[in-house]
Amino acid sequence: MKKFLLVVTVLALLITSAFAEPRYGGTLVFGRGGDSVTMDPAHATDGETFYATTQIYDNLVQFKYGTTEIEPALAESWEVSKDGLEYVFHLRKGVKFHKTKFFKEDVEFTADDVIFSLKRQLDPNHPYHKVGGAYEYWQAMDMSNIVKDIVKVDKYTVKFILNKPEAPFIANLAMDFASILCKKYADKLLKEGRPEDIGRFPVGTGPFVFVKWIKDDRIIFKANKDYWAGRPYIDKLILKVIPNNSVRAAELKTGQIHIMDFPNPEEVAELEKDPNIKLVKQEGLNVGYLAMNTEKKPFDNPLVRKAIYLAINKKDIVDAVYAGFGVPAKNPIPPTMWSYNDDIKDYEYNPEEAKKLLAKAGYPNGFETDIWAMPVPRPYMPNGRKVAEAIQADLAKVGIKAKIVSYDWGTYLQKTKYGEHSMALLGWTGDNGDPDNFLYVLLSSKAAVKPAQNIAFYRSKEFDSLIEKAKVITDKEERTKLYRKAQEVFHKDVPWVPIAHSIVVEPMRKNVMGFKLDPVGKRRFHKVWLDK
Amino acid sequence: MLYYIVKRLFWAIPTIIGVSILVFAMIHLAPGDPALVMLGEHASKESVEKLRKEMGLDKPLYVQYIIFAKKALKGDFGKSIKSRQDVIKEFWDRFPATVELTVVSMFFAVIIGIAAGIIASVKRYSVFDYTSMVGSLAGVSMPVFWLGLLLIYFFAVRLEWLPVSGRLSYEFYIDKITGFYLIDSLIAKDYEAFWDALKHLILPGFALGTIPMAIIARMTRSSMLDVLKEEYIKTAKAKGCSPLRVIMIHAFRNASIPVVTIIGLMFGTLLAGAILTETTFSWPGIGKWLVNAVYQRDFPVVQCATLIIAVIFIVINLLVDIVYALINPKVRLD
Repeated sequence: MKKFLLVVTVLALLITSAFAEPRYGGTLVFGRGGDSVTMDPAHATDGETFYATTQIYDNLVQFKYGTTEIEPALAESWEVSKDGLEYVFHLRKGVKFHKTKFFKEDVEFTADDVIFSLKRQLDPNHPYHKVGGAYEYWQAMDMSNIVKDIVKVDKYTVKFILNKPEAPFIANLAMDFASILCKKYADKLLKEGRPEDIGRFPVGTGPFVFVKWIKDDRIIFKANKDYWAGRPYIDKLILKVIPNNSVRAAELKTGQIHIMDFPNPEEVAELEKDPNIKLVKQEGLNVGYLAMNTEKKPFDNPLVRKAIYLAINKKDIVDAVYAGFGVPAKNPIPPTMWSYNDDIKDYEYNPEEAKKLLAKAGYPNGFETDIWAMPVPRPYMPNGRKVAEAIQADLAKVGIKAKIVSYDWGTYLQKTKYGEHSMALLGWTGDNGDPDNFLYVLLSSKAAVKPAQNIAFYRSKEFDSLIEKAKVITDKEERTKLYRKAQEVFHKDVPWVPIAHSIVVEPMRKNVMGFKLDPVGKRRFHKVWLDK
Repeated sequence: MLYYIVKRLFWAIPTIIGVSILVFAMIHLAPGDPALVMLGEHASKESVEKLRKEMGLDKPLYVQYIIFAKKALKGDFGKSIKSRQDVIKEFWDRFPATVELTVVSMFFAVIIGIAAGIIASVKRYSVFDYTSMVGSLAGVSMPVFWLGLLLIYFFAVRLEWLPVSGRLSYEFYIDKITGFYLIDSLIAKDYEAFWDALKHLILPGFALGTIPMAIIARMTRSSMLDVLKEEYIKTAKAKGCSPLRVIMIHAFRNASIPVVTIIGLMFGTLLAGAILTETTFSWPGIGKWLVNAVYQRDFPVVQCATLIIAVIFIVINLLVDIVYALINPKVRLD
């Protein structure tokens, strides 16, 4: 009986702690490695900048917290025409822009703001088009070719007219570059002759209101008490710049910050031991891979490509180089992405089989080649040189002599785009949570046109037809089937050896509740609260 | 004397031009296409081309330099490629933080360095003498980022006496008047914030000050030892001056001339050291800003920061030379 009571009590305690009532109030300090560059998300390409703008602005649609699923945001609902060329968005009514020290007007969000925010990126003659430089992400997502026009139907309805059907278009609208800015405020700045101030003093509709930005030090926000999705639990949010990873960890230990970004892998174990600290982990939306240039001999031969695949001990590489911050990859898309095909059985490490395949392909004594190693650490590959050395050693065991080649980052990207390599290490971080953003961008025949993103120069009619079809239909189930099939084709053809998906680890104080990592790399605090 | 000053000024001009050419060349001769580096693996060909044009990278190098030099003379360093804000505005946002840190670390270096040097010279071959000289050797040899981490570990994480990093705890906020937190908090009569800012200055100030501190200590010691051998010191002692008076008034006054020179030259070292210190201690100054700009290949920022640092260096050197010439006539007659 006593035992039973004890179990019940423990269970009761667990349940109450798991479902503790969120508390309002407090200041949350988030420690990060670098400062924002601008408060105008349309021009930015770096994660640090988006960390701040995500708090201030909303989009028409957004990623469901912690996932790559799309859900309504400033648009309550939308319809897509049968031919996939027209998207009509019905906007949320009664949403107010922030009132700040520098903009005190009471402004309601309407169709005009949507048109301003996206038209300025589309239309070269827009008065704001030239303010603040290039629209990198808009260009990178090919939006100028996708979008023909954006029209106001009425105060709360906006219509997008496309040049071609493009299923991932809706996911693009959840990206930071498609944040909704305030037209009235922009007009006021333009009238006062200081339009670039939109990148310094932001006004949005998001969960947090911008208060102050002390360059290279901190950005201060306060909760938007009238937020349409309910006010945030915390009163104040501070994004603090602490460049040195070890120092950032020290700040977390002393409780000066609540959450830290990007810890040193070797320090994570130590942080985990601290009774006041917990870790939140998630597989990153990325992939690191070895691309084999199928335009060059002997890599045009699928037998050789498969032999190389079998010769590389992926698991050992991930263990050694990623130090517990990665999982071996078998598909070109990461496991956190919808349509990930987990039924695919990875080729096992098998050097003997690899030798046989090489002999079958006419290379019984192997051959000489080169491996290009990335000179910079990226989230998907913390140390390109080390990965290349490990692959070099593995290939030597099956008779392939590979020389390691490296250039500075700019040159590396340039040369691989033009296919000067035999084999090259590279990777990709997802932008919009859509499989198309991996499969089409990195593996389609269209992307193999120089300067190419598809640096395996993989051209497969079968693969192309699947992803082309999935690009133009909007039915998600149907698309999932096509993408799962595409992954099978990829697996059969072996244009790459997928190496790893990195794992993002976010250490935080034990009293931080409700924090989730976003696969698309955002950091969101709307639902985060501080326990006593 | 006037002739000497004019001559020195005249020499400073080609030095500055030389430095500006060097700064410009270093950036533009570095390998890799800066536009591509900046845009990364997601870049389209069009946007790279557009950026190259925007940055003027399509023009011949000498044309780019002339444009840069003309504008720089007017204090116009263009806009930061990354933030699109005026570089000079961004510079002034951060400059006070660096100056405040530099002044505080200089204060540490001078007070501790001179005191240690004097005591070591008076108590020659004592335990203190050996300890301080070994300590100064360690101070010169230890890289500042490593020392910074050690200081943080002991005084902030283990003992919790001082804050880990940054300029101010997040509870405080100081309105910008001069940009120097110690002064601004006093003007605003916010004594708690003043105290907090002061605590934040101690570790980075000390870490940055160690190298000059060590050099000043050794310089003071050797200069004092020379002076203490002089006849007039014996006379002063014989007259019955108190030992303290002999040391401070008679000996140190004369021994301080080379020390003063060193202190002037140390300012340049501090500016260079500030870059590493600021990164370790999350200090929002120009050092940190410059490091970031180098990583991001933000040319206008790198050019502005290095050039201004170089000019400050040259000007301080010039002032030290002039002061030295005033003190010591031998110099200007050479």
